[in-house]
Amino acid sequence: MAVHAEAHHHGPPVAHQSSRVNASVLGMLLFIASEIMLFGAFFTAYFFVRVVNGIPWPPAPFELPKFVAGVNTAILVTSSFTMHWALQSIKRGNRAGLQGGLLLTFLMGLVFLLTQAREYSRVGFAPHNGAFGTIFYCLTGLHGAHVFVGLSILLFMTIRAFRGHFSPEAHHGVEIGGIYWHFVDVMWIVVYSTVYLI
Amino acid sequence: MINPLRSEAEAFRFLIASIVYFGAIVIAALINKWAGVAVFVLLSALVVAWWLRARREERPRQTVPRPHAEGERRILVVANETVAGHTLRSMILERSLDVREEVLVVTPALNSPLKHWVSDEDDARAAAQERLDTSLAKLADAGVVARGEVGDGDPLQAMEDALRTFGADEIIISTHPEGRSNWLERGVVEKARERFAVPITHVVVDLEREREEVR
Repeated sequence: MAVHAEAHHHGPPVAHQSSRVNASVLGMLLFIASEIMLFGAFFTAYFFVRVVNGIPWPPAPFELPKFVAGVNTAILVTSSFTMHWALQSIKRGNRAGLQGGLLLTFLMGLVFLLTQAREYSRVGFAPHNGAFGTIFYCLTGLHGAHVFVGLSILLFMTIRAFRGHFSPEAHHGVEIGGIYWHFVDVMWIVVYSTVYLI
Repeated sequence: MINPLRSEAEAFRFLIASIVYFGAIVIAALINKWAGVAVFVLLSALVVAWWLRARREERPRQTVPRPHAEGERRILVVANETVAGHTLRSMILERSLDVREEVLVVTPALNSPLKHWVSDEDDARAAAQERLDTSLAKLADAGVVARGEVGDGDPLQAMEDALRTFGADEIIISTHPEGRSNWLERGVVEKARERFAVPITHVVVDLEREREEVR
């Protein structure tokens, strides 16, 4: 008759791997929740100014660069397609596709950011031009900051791709960067639809 | 749970869906302000309905236990504090006739939701360890060779963890009677039968009356 009970543990508790919430899912949920709160604060201010205060959007005499922003939107959305192509390529063992896809994605993201910076200098109003200017620059600037972070991630991914990293079996770095890039695109769709078009 | 951003491919599909969603709202809003509001409400309701349906239809993954050596019967006993009583002990002994049996008792470290989310589980694990020691001692008195582990606070998760490392041929879930068992109220036995590809026996142990019943 033998009883093999787990020996009493001294010191910190044994690392407990299981949980009702998978660690990667929890991490992504926390990330999304923090981003929703961050963008949500600015969108709340935007809707408050526009709906509660009822001011015209944009207030005269200002004009929003809808066409240029529309072209920029097309560029950013296309960059998501090239990002998707890059990942699908490496999954099939096509390194040239991965390199080309990542390079195109990076270049299109860079064009988007530079175009946005150029528009800031030509748009004709500044952040201190009332609540309208403040909210416009905060929302588009916050998104621009996310694009900058995405470009930094893309730069490292592209360098790694050209240095021979990633394979059909090991491409987690591209996968995670891709998820972030698509998220940045989704946020721009929201910003462009609500701030520029509606 | 349904997370639309588990992979790049899913995030890409989410982007396409977002373009369709916001594109439809913008087009309707440009035609008429109230049409935009109507499309927004309609599409949002559709998205919520789809999400609720997908959530309901999502089946739990079936966990198959790890294989083990021939001529050996492995029994996983999951109990909070009810590893006692004659029926449970004789059931284990009966199932191990003519084979070499190995019994693993798992006691979930039950914790409050708040403490679980902040990973404050030291007290819960210490209390579970005490209950486990008592259970193992009772089984030893009855001649059952067993070892024990403290498991996750969720009994289903504790079973899944144990199955991954312990190739059980059978799971025995020991609970209090209906009305006094939190596990029965939460449908733990039914969910375990749905989730794990091994026979599951439910033993009700009434510690107050020392009466036992097998289902």
